Amino acid sequence: MVELTLPKNSKVGKGKHHPAPDGAKKVKTFRVYRYDPETGQNPRWDTYDVAVDQCGPMVLDAIIHIKNTMDPSLTFRRSCREGVCGSCAMNIGGRNTLACTCAWEDVPGQAIQISPLPHQPVIKDLVPDLTQFFAQYAEIEPWLHTDTPEPEKEWKQSIEDRAKLDGLYECILCACCSTSCPSYWWNPEKFMGPAALLHAYRWLIDSRDEATGERLDALEDPFKLYRCHTIMNCAQVCPKGLSPAKAIAEIKKMMAERLL
Amino acid sequence: MSGFQTDHSRARGLGAAKHGASHWIGERVGAIALAPLSLWAVYAGIGLGRADYGTAVAWVGNPLNAVLLFLLLVTSFWHMHAGMRVIVEDYIHKTFSKVALLVLNLFVCVLAGGLGVFALLKVAFSGGAF
Ligand code: SF4
Ligand code: SF4
Ligand code: FES
Repeated sequence: MVELTLPKNSKVGKGKHHPAPDGAKKVKTFRVYRYDPETGQNPRWDTYDVAVDQCGPMVLDAIIHIKNTMDPSLTFRRSCREGVCGSCAMNIGGRNTLACTCAWEDVPGQAIQISPLPHQPVIKDLVPDLTQFFAQYAEIEPWLHTDTPEPEKEWKQSIEDRAKLDGLYECILCACCSTSCPSYWWNPEKFMGPAALLHAYRWLIDSRDEATGERLDALEDPFKLYRCHTIMNCAQVCPKGLSPAKAIAEIKKMMAERLL
Repeated sequence: MSGFQTDHSRARGLGAAKHGASHWIGERVGAIALAPLSLWAVYAGIGLGRADYGTAVAWVGNPLNAVLLFLLLVTSFWHMHAGMRVIVEDYIHKTFSKVALLVLNLFVCVLAGGLGVFALLKVAFSGGAF
């Protein structure tokens, strides 16, 4: 059954409050999800009054500021801090996005609430376990499949055919889309999720790939592909401005084309 | 998570069912057919609301009206069955409850559709006397 309430050990309690340092000019409150598996305690909401005049403009800057000056125990992932690695995806103000490209000034509301990506097991604080997400990505075999002997130089592609990969290849696998998709929440093991399907389409329309039929076969399933009900959350949250929903619709069109 | 199953094994699950595309086309064709049929039914219903019993029975007895009503009934229950099925598959994950609800959905839709078609034929062919 769909779980409309959190299981007992996932209920989030009230946590600690960390006040702003004396002399802070501009203060913004961050309400952050904390969970430490080693304590055996339930997760909690900690609040931090951050002197935002002392840190950079992005939510990631504020979180790093918290870790450096207020609470070194805060755990999160980040690497590139410029929206290309996909590590810092989290739910900020109720929306999945990248902390490094989301300005705290733009998040509406009194306190900025930050939690890990929804509906994934939490490893610690803001770090979700994305093992299954990546296994599903691997499942679509994201590499060129060919039977023709490899050409001496490169596999050639026309400019027009190359253009078909635009809006797909830019995906950084941050998982914002899949973890915002209700269909993925309810059937995470059977539905591939928008990110994996966007990549599936990226290989399906690659003019150089010779396994289009097999790729479609592997997706033709009431759950793997057809669990997408075009709810469009994926396209709304993608921090790279991509539309997995559109890619999925194109796969469904290819499936129909093959029958008609 | 069960035992020592690998991530790949879990992501692969039972593999692809190798069907779904025809269902998807069917749902869309059903929806396309229902749009004009429902508009026609609403329009006809408004007209019949003002008519007396005899006129209504005669209207159902008209071959075109009877066939369109038949198509409307069958398509609606077919569409309803597909829609309810998706809801069950989305939200119910325990195998037994899921299968039970899917079977129940099928039976209810077929029963309701069957009763509707029977009533329609009865009115069309015998002039409505029960
Ligand atoms: S499609 Fe967008 S939201 Fe989804 S994983 Fe790729 S970059 Fe992230
Ligand atoms: S469009 Fe499909 S994949 Fe995207 S959020 Fe909706 S159901 Fe999920
Ligand atoms: S740190 Fe790389 S995307 Fe945010």
